[in-house]
Amino acid sequence: MSTRPLHRVPVTGRPAAMLLVGTGMLLAALVLVAPILAIAVNAFGAGVGHYLATVTHPDTLHAIGLTVLTAIVVVPVNIAFGVCAAWAICRFRFPGRKLLIAVIEVPFSVSPVVAGVAYLFVYGDQGLFGDALAAMDVQVMFTVWAIFLVSLFVTSPYVARELIPLMQVQGSEGEEAAISLGASGLRTFLHVTLPNIKWGLLYGAILCNARVMGEFGAVSVVSGNIRGQTNTLPLHIELLYHDYNTAGAFAAATTLAVLAVLTLVVKTTIERRTAALRREAMEDGAA
Amino acid sequence: MKTMFRAAAVAAAITVGMAAGAVRAEAPTTLLNVSYDIARELYVQVNEAFGKAWKAKTGQTVEISQSHGGSSRQARAIIEGLQADVVTFNQVLDVQALHDRGKLIPANWQARLPNNSSPYYSLPAFLVRKGNPKGIKDWNDLIRSDVESVFPNPKTSGNARYTYLGAYAYALDRNNSDQAKATEFVKALLARVPVFDTGGRAATTTFVERQIGDVLITFEAEVYGIRREYGEDKFDIVVPSLSILAEFPVSVVDKVVDKRGSRELATAYLNFLYGPEGQDILARNFNRIHDPEVAKRYEAQFPKLRLVTIEEVFGGWEKANKDHFASGGILDRVFVNR
Repeated sequence: MSTRPLHRVPVTGRPAAMLLVGTGMLLAALVLVAPILAIAVNAFGAGVGHYLATVTHPDTLHAIGLTVLTAIVVVPVNIAFGVCAAWAICRFRFPGRKLLIAVIEVPFSVSPVVAGVAYLFVYGDQGLFGDALAAMDVQVMFTVWAIFLVSLFVTSPYVARELIPLMQVQGSEGEEAAISLGASGLRTFLHVTLPNIKWGLLYGAILCNARVMGEFGAVSVVSGNIRGQTNTLPLHIELLYHDYNTAGAFAAATTLAVLAVLTLVVKTTIERRTAALRREAMEDGAA
Repeated sequence: MKTMFRAAAVAAAITVGMAAGAVRAEAPTTLLNVSYDIARELYVQVNEAFGKAWKAKTGQTVEISQSHGGSSRQARAIIEGLQADVVTFNQVLDVQALHDRGKLIPANWQARLPNNSSPYYSLPAFLVRKGNPKGIKDWNDLIRSDVESVFPNPKTSGNARYTYLGAYAYALDRNNSDQAKATEFVKALLARVPVFDTGGRAATTTFVERQIGDVLITFEAEVYGIRREYGEDKFDIVVPSLSILAEFPVSVVDKVVDKRGSRELATAYLNFLYGPEGQDILARNFNRIHDPEVAKRYEAQFPKLRLVTIEEVFGGWEKANKDHFASGGILDRVFVNR
């Protein structure tokens, strides 16, 4: 997890190494850089005016807002769920533990579209709870709540899957020591467990965030695609594309890319700050 | 940075809106129009004009929301609870599904508004490259060995089903209703299609961006969007001598408007589509319309042709589906070499 390599081995003059590095660069250029450039080029394909008009259109702004809001709702819930699940699984032995591990993985193996349809079968008007919900006049599907729900489902494994292997490797000695020295459960968690897992937690949260913002399949089934109400950014991009507005679709796509970059910036900033704090702590310790 | 602030403001607005949504319930100054996928721009224009007309008449400000997607998917969503006040679709069967599978509208929905509840219509027509270099005029030009046609797979695309049936109807007409000859004709047509995309949008990309084929067959109304996107001067429209009438059915969703108390507004909205102003907007967007006054203004835009209906030639959509598109139907037999 260190931010910079400790030493660098020069590549020049070593054909095998140069070949490997070159292949890596070429693949990165073709697979990562070219498509991103294509987004940028196409976004401005119909001129800067058209780009700005699309990006500042109320429907696009709403889609951005809804996408961010979904992440704001979903990521914290999944952090809480992931930490609880990982802690329970790694620190306790209980009946059904293996089953819980398997169940956590389910959203990974289920296609998002299937997840969306499954929610329809439960909460839709023709679904399991359809009549009951209608009787209470509660509308879940085709509202933002449905978007939150399926996003939660699709991204629920991310944090837990990051933490479980980490916590298993770390073992429970530190926590046992804290408890035996008289610390409460909460104090142990805050001062021993959390500092140990925070990188994994952060990484899981970032993955979760990226997935929430980009999720298309499940959301498209339950959203109802109401512009200005339940249209998330990925849905909005598809809508513009199908409406013979390719430049607009790409323009909206750049805003999604910007959100991704912002996520990255947040991650790097946190990393830097934490590294600086750690250095200070070490220097204090030395002095 | 500005975008970020705006996004935050919008997020806040959504949260407030959600809270307000629960209370709002019985203020019927909002409508949700659930529609097919390529009608976004069209209904933006319609909604604006209707909003003005309604304000002038009642003093109320209305807010009309739009949802667009493949119309079968949209119908499914409404059956599962999407609160659509009105539907404006491009497939009759998808409106019918609201009755058959959800009992959301009465069986006689099609008789409630003029022209089978279809305020506008269109037809499969040909989009050819500028100057029509291959001299394509009618369906029989499409089976020439030097002409390649592009349209989506009739198995997956409603648009392509119209194309297929249009060609079939033309061949029946030319051959004294000889089914075998018509079947031969569509077989020859399908053999001249280099790529079968799954939907209309993908077929357009094949024709326009990949430059494959000499003619794209799609709804005349869609040609407007294609020219807007790719340039007025790149393509010509060719209307064949005979084609299939494609209806664009609309309906109030009774179960929803009765619950919300929005029937009056929803009905007025649909009637607006039949009025002179609505018809003008529809025609401006390359949809054929019924109002004789408005039609006269757009005469030059819509070449005359013979239009036949699915009912008179194929005995209705259900029978056409069974005879042609169901597994083992005529399409399967003529598609066999693909």
